[in-house]
Amino acid sequence: METLMIILTGVLVTIATYLVLSKSVIRVILGTAVYSHATHLLIITMGGLKKGNVPILGDDDVSTFVDPLPQALILTSIVISFAVTALVLVLAYRAYQTLGTDNMEELRGRKYE
Amino acid sequence: MNNIIVLPMALPIMLGIILIFLRPYIKTQRVLTVLGLLVTIGISIYMLQWIQTDGIIRLDFGGWEPPFGILFVADSFAVILVTAASIVTLICLIYAFSSIGEKIEYMYFYSFVNFLLAGVNGSFLTGDIFNLYVNFEIMLLASYVLIVLGGKRMQLRESLKYVVINIISSWFFLVAIAYLYAQLGTLNMAHISVLISESGQTPLLTVTSLVFLIVFALKSGLLLYFWLPGSYSAPPTAVAALFGGLLTKVGIYVMIRVFTLIFYHEPQITHTIIGILAGLTLIMGSIGAIAYKDIRQIVAYNVIIAVGFILVGLAVMTQEALEGAVYYLMHDMVAKSLLFLLAGTMITVTGEKRLDNMSGLIRNYPVFGWMFFIVMLSLAGVPPLSGFIGKVLVGQGAVEAGSYILLALGFISSIFVLYSLLRVFLNSFWGETIISFDDEVPMKKGWMVSFGLFTALMFTFGLGAEYFAPFVADAANTLLNPQIYIDAVLE
Repeated sequence: METLMIILTGVLVTIATYLVLSKSVIRVILGTAVYSHATHLLIITMGGLKKGNVPILGDDDVSTFVDPLPQALILTSIVISFAVTALVLVLAYRAYQTLGTDNMEELRGRKYE
Repeated sequence: MNNIIVLPMALPIMLGIILIFLRPYIKTQRVLTVLGLLVTIGISIYMLQWIQTDGIIRLDFGGWEPPFGILFVADSFAVILVTAASIVTLICLIYAFSSIGEKIEYMYFYSFVNFLLAGVNGSFLTGDIFNLYVNFEIMLLASYVLIVLGGKRMQLRESLKYVVINIISSWFFLVAIAYLYAQLGTLNMAHISVLISESGQTPLLTVTSLVFLIVFALKSGLLLYFWLPGSYSAPPTAVAALFGGLLTKVGIYVMIRVFTLIFYHEPQITHTIIGILAGLTLIMGSIGAIAYKDIRQIVAYNVIIAVGFILVGLAVMTQEALEGAVYYLMHDMVAKSLLFLLAGTMITVTGEKRLDNMSGLIRNYPVFGWMFFIVMLSLAGVPPLSGFIGKVLVGQGAVEAGSYILLALGFISSIFVLYSLLRVFLNSFWGETIISFDDEVPMKKGWMVSFGLFTALMFTFGLGAEYFAPFVADAANTLLNPQIYIDAVLE
């Protein structure tokens, strides 16, 4: 199961890298969003998959339970990446309105502007 | 009572939220921000004194004993930088009051400055590596907004690049944390350090440390600085000064922390690489600083040179070198902010960005001109100004460790700093006046107050180096002996 997840992560990273390297701003942003999904999968895999029960103290056998920490990390990280993606989308839209282009090549800039 | 440690982060955050509701009352916002910053500065100085008597203080959030909970750890190194960051923010804001313009102030400017400071202070104080990531994000999100406030074409263009590069480096940070967690199963930095010294720093851990190195190199501009000159030229002067003074320093702080506390077992790999990167940064920064005629570019490349110089201190890892790095970090926060403010003001009063289009400014603004001269000397490391002691100590450390190449590069780069700024000084301040006394833009009082405060600070750091010595020595001692930090955290 872990191997499968790692391969999936690798595929996602490949796709994200392809997107980030493209010229259109919106594809770059989508690329960064895919990157964040890839990391979330990576973190949950690193905690170990399918090891046992839900991590809640109760009458169950407490010796086998899933590590709760990676889940907490992912939750935090999802919120952050959500906020960042929202901000970048707004920024890209505003930049498109003002600059009239979404092509990274044309966003290079001139000297002494 | 040690709840006080959280205040340098919590106070700015709460203030920032309150200020959102006070949007129409700009005067009130200014007063509250200044008061908040003064309290933060007071608290951090108090903490610094407290650490000298009682040792490192820590705060476990929610009462979760380490290594299980998130915690803040205040040692001398962290608190020195918290103090410096808060002071720099205050003085930059004094400049901003009379320069930033109402339009930006209405757009929650003061809230975001407070959030930025909260992220910076949180990054300095945290003892948990994932919490460090979160604090980085707080700082970065605030900086994304600050860089684009005003909405000029150049700001929008540069901010897109700045944001994308930082998102990707944050992604690397998460990947590195995931790898580290998979190997050790803990996030508490002191606990990570203990586990690594028990198991030995395996090659896998060393590779993980290099992923961390990439992240922090991107954040601090160590060799991977290509995003820096563009994005630091775009925002309004006061914001650029804040960025120049604070943001790269956080990256440097974290790099020093991680490579002295956690990954210090294989210095022949990790610290050699840091040394090579620092050397290359010094060379490329020096070339950049003399290659451009745009004042903002020259100033931005000066930031990069300083990053290289401070990390020479980390690469050689002796007591003197680390003391020098701490001194230089303090000095550089102050001097770089002042340099950015001066350069921005030159552009404001002349309306020109090329240095050969300005001349004779010293006749119009004599005090201003001599302050530029002083900051130039300070950055070049002339005594009795603040840059001197840091340079001497880093140099002494490099001699002791026998790394003569880094020593040479470090000091040659000082000459380049001097040359690049002297070129600005000679071109823009000497020569024929281009502004007649009638249409000269008056230098506002707020500007001169902030320049004066920064200059006074540089003299204080330089002349009072002896007074700061115990704090800096304690900081370097803790860095060099990670056991002190570990004992304080895990008891």
